[in-house]
Amino acid sequence: MASKEHKGEKIHPSKLPEEIRKVSLLSGFRADGKLRSGSYFQLDRSVIFEQVRKRFRGKIEVMSTREALEKYDWVKEYLWRAIPRDLDEYTKEVEKSWDNGYFLRVLPGQRIEFPIQACMFISREGITQNVHNLVVVEEGGELQILTGCATTILRALHVGVSEFYVKRGGKLTFTMIHNWAPKIDVRPRDVAILEEGASFTSNYVSLHPVGTLQLSATVICEGEGSSASLNSLILGREDAKIDIDESVILRGKGSRGEVRLRVVGKDRSEIYTRGREVGEGDGARGHVDCRGLMASSSSRIYSIPRLDGLNRSCELTHEAAVGKIRDRELWYLMSRGLTEEEATSLIIRGYLDPRVLGLPKLIERYVESIVRMIGGAP
Amino acid sequence: MSLRVSDLWVGVDGRDILKGVNLEIKKGERHVLFGPNGAGKSCLVETIMGIPAYKVRKGRIVFDGRDITELPINERARLGIGLAFQNPPELMGVRLGELIRLCGGDEWNLRMAFLGEGFKDRYVNLGFSGGERKRSEIAQLFAMKPRLVLLDEIDSGVDVDSLEAIGRALDDFLSGRSSLIITHQGHILNYLTVDFAHVLIDGRIVRSGEPKEILTEIRRRGFDGIKRA
Repeated sequence: MASKEHKGEKIHPSKLPEEIRKVSLLSGFRADGKLRSGSYFQLDRSVIFEQVRKRFRGKIEVMSTREALEKYDWVKEYLWRAIPRDLDEYTKEVEKSWDNGYFLRVLPGQRIEFPIQACMFISREGITQNVHNLVVVEEGGELQILTGCATTILRALHVGVSEFYVKRGGKLTFTMIHNWAPKIDVRPRDVAILEEGASFTSNYVSLHPVGTLQLSATVICEGEGSSASLNSLILGREDAKIDIDESVILRGKGSRGEVRLRVVGKDRSEIYTRGREVGEGDGARGHVDCRGLMASSSSRIYSIPRLDGLNRSCELTHEAAVGKIRDRELWYLMSRGLTEEEATSLIIRGYLDPRVLGLPKLIERYVESIVRMIGGAP
Repeated sequence: MSLRVSDLWVGVDGRDILKGVNLEIKKGERHVLFGPNGAGKSCLVETIMGIPAYKVRKGRIVFDGRDITELPINERARLGIGLAFQNPPELMGVRLGELIRLCGGDEWNLRMAFLGEGFKDRYVNLGFSGGERKRSEIAQLFAMKPRLVLLDEIDSGVDVDSLEAIGRALDDFLSGRSSLIITHQGHILNYLTVDFAHVLIDGRIVRSGEPKEILTEIRRRGFDGIKRA
């Protein structure tokens, strides 16, 4: 099953091999669909499952971007609008060779309390998975998305282009949990455009080993009073090379932006964190907070906050700190009976505590359980 | 016999802080240690706990007949030694309730130390007042139930109203346990009784005896006066 190419046949996630179900659960995908409003599952290049639960029909839409293009004329106006096709070699590759991706939409004024779940799974060795996702939050709509990327193989390339459009007064919370393997290369390219009064919260969690991860995310706060919060919890492990580049362009009058990056470097990992706020609009306010914890002597963390003040009335601030676990913290916990390894693990887990991100409770509890499982608990 | 410290010389960055300390605390005894700032009081209790910042140059620490001078901190904790730190660190992301659980206790220990329900979800010492930090230390000791209790300046920063409650709770908790209590001003002694007192000055115990008598002498002559005598 895990090595065959899927030709688009639909499979209920509960019928997937146990290994795939287990790994995708670590990325937040529940095969039973409980506590979710809708589900999308892509295995390698094929969409194997898409569903809107009965009580949410007519409120949200879940399908592949290809189906959305066939269903709605207007979808083509959204694809490649926020992200230039020729941004880099990876966007060019996605345009040239495109393997689906999800289309998620909440209809005007609909406030959906349960998240839509989506999973991008790679099960075939050595493939390239190129996805193009599109998320539209219509006026006054509210949506949470819990998306996970996971694999059971060793070597592959995942390129994900995601465009988000949050219309006037809309609210989107997007949580992405990556669960890769030591030789997987990952290239997400995300851009969100926010209209007046819209808000967008992005939470990115990557705690598993990965080969190379280069994430570029930009939010354009186009509308007056729009706000963005980009949060990342990253655990660098083994020989991972990670580069997280997150920007908020504060174009709208009184727009607000926050970039928060929490990274822990273990083993021989090398992590770059770049957080940028661009103050263009009147009275725009932005803050960048980058913190890195080096949990091994061979890890490297480079923290690069950047503030571009392009309007005198904007207010941009940043704070950044990189360091190791303090001896006194370890000794203190050891004086409570913990071994040095247990104390280290507890401090790392605390460092990656999702509570600092202010997530919705359901997602916070979920991310917390993942950190507990992967980060180790005494 | 519970704890015996013999001819203990301890240095930090090549400088001797303790210079030949001898101290014996028998089972169930309560000892109080007085001394001016910088005398080496915290150094003594943290060395007994095994904090590696302090290097033992000479001497031995024996707990219940076992030489623990070289033992790691966590093993000393497991043998039954518990320390309430004077300046405990802030632990971002580590919740007090979880730490109490790891110490072997539960929320009841927080209530025993007069910390409300909300404290279990708060990060250890982050945004805590001076008094709340002390109560958090006490709650952790309550959870650990150590046989030897080391209290470092447990009464500093605690408001007068809570001091009485904390003192009485500690008085009860220390029954049947051995303890070494460091106090700068001696306020906590209004609420709990102790058996012996010592004065540590410049890394040496210069005076030992009956607690009330020594405290009266400190208040009358000051540490300088005791040192000169």
